[in-house]
Amino acid sequence: MAGTTVLGRLTWQAATVAGVAAETPRVTTIAFDVPGWPGHQAGQHVDVRLTAADGYQAERSYSIASAPGGTRVELTVVHIDDGEVSPYLTGELRRGDQIELRGPVGGYFVWAPGDGGPLLLAAGGSGVAPLMAMVRLRAAAGSAVDTRLLVSSRSWEEIIYREELERLAGGRLTVVHTLTASAPPGWAGYARRVDAGMLAQVGPGPAERPRVYVCGPTPFVEAVAEALVGLGHQPQAIKTERFGPTGS
Amino acid sequence: MDELMLDGNAAGGVLGEVFAVEMTTATMMCGGCGAAGPVGAMHLFRGAGIVLRCPQCDNALVKITEGGGRMWFDFGGMQTLEIPM
Amino acid sequence: MPPIISRGFGGRRRGDAPPGRVPPGQYVTRDFPVLSAGPTPRTPLERWDFSVTGEVDEPRRWTWEEFRALPAEEVTADIHCVTKWTKLDTVWRGVSVDTLLEGIGTAAGYVIQFSDGGYTTNLPLADVRGGKAWVVFGYGGGPLEPQHGGPARMLVPHLYFWKSAKWVRGLRLQAADEPGFWEVNGYHNYGDPWREQRYWGD
Repeated sequence: MAGTTVLGRLTWQAATVAGVAAETPRVTTIAFDVPGWPGHQAGQHVDVRLTAADGYQAERSYSIASAPGGTRVELTVVHIDDGEVSPYLTGELRRGDQIELRGPVGGYFVWAPGDGGPLLLAAGGSGVAPLMAMVRLRAAAGSAVDTRLLVSSRSWEEIIYREELERLAGGRLTVVHTLTASAPPGWAGYARRVDAGMLAQVGPGPAERPRVYVCGPTPFVEAVAEALVGLGHQPQAIKTERFGPTGS
Repeated sequence: MDELMLDGNAAGGVLGEVFAVEMTTATMMCGGCGAAGPVGAMHLFRGAGIVLRCPQCDNALVKITEGGGRMWFDFGGMQTLEIPM
Repeated sequence: MPPIISRGFGGRRRGDAPPGRVPPGQYVTRDFPVLSAGPTPRTPLERWDFSVTGEVDEPRRWTWEEFRALPAEEVTADIHCVTKWTKLDTVWRGVSVDTLLEGIGTAAGYVIQFSDGGYTTNLPLADVRGGKAWVVFGYGGGPLEPQHGGPARMLVPHLYFWKSAKWVRGLRLQAADEPGFWEVNGYHNYGDPWREQRYWGD
């Protein structure tokens, strides 16, 4: 069961860029090779450290988007216009470049098929990354756990992993999108911020005692967690990962 | 609602530099109100250092400062730390 | 192991600083990072007050209206955060601590700033007198925003900025020094950025 493991202390490790791929116009997935990577659980994150030639350093945390496997770690990063780190990661990094990672971090916000379900996963924008690791792990493990993934995005074009989610959906994995800024012509899906009514429709309801994971910008997480508690879900069953004000 | 607030999970990396066990699933009991919960669910703020606060009463359970090759921990606001082994 | 330099990374901090304006180890920033040790307090102005207490002949207290009626001035200062960012030429509006302490009788050598939410920071009393410190309620031409410490915060620019408490509610004068919220956890008791006094023993 995903829980406490004796790890040894974490240290900063070298990570080499193995590949860079655009997910949407503003979102990029970077694949890193990390020699000696101890493996990770779905939902965990890494701390990233960048050091400039004059010694200046910046640190940020990013959820691991890839399912566990080998020494490959994938991070999905949103380009923030006046950001300090994201423009570098999404715009400058090339294959062969190196950064430093510390991790994997966090046994609290993790899921493995053995934990069972049903699962309710709520993602705000790039908050879908750790939940995607869970969905990918679930698929790779051939798990049939009842899983509802609710993804809030600004527009259709900005849905991260949209095509992969279409391929994976089916059976007991339900993917529901809501678009908050604009919708394509003929859109029949949700077109508003996640609220209690939407969550009640997407389910599962509190009586089924789902494991709930909510991830995204802090205002999104707060609104969703509050709505779920209002619907009768137990606060202890709701795990949150706030990304902060900008969701970076 | 405080937009700056993160979950205790975000302290996992820093704690992991010192503690050889996974800390975000450890349980802290608040010295202020007695509430107990996982470190991952504590309210985290970044000031000059990291502060982990009790979600029930906002009491500062842990302060973490890092710099100049040293780290400092103040667990004074916390009553008990339970670490599953 | 020395950190790995990431090719092409420079960080956002830029701004060419005039020589002598940037303390050692600091980087100039153009934005105004928001750091906080706790949730943003939301004290309504009707309940806000500012006190001078402790080892003084007579404690003083001002309501918001009384505080705003005191003579105020514009202050331009460079500010230096111990997390290594420096912001030049920040413009504030506030009441000089000299005004608040005018005529006060005290033998205290130290002052503790105390804030909503429980934050404290300590200074020698001499470091808030003689035109070195203000209680400010305005920033950049407008009211001080809550995330930056509004309705009022301390401004003590000659020291690292953790020595300027946000959401300040008063000053407690004491004969004995009393390390504050961060001073008990590794941060330097005095905090002079020009001598790079960030941590204990620096």
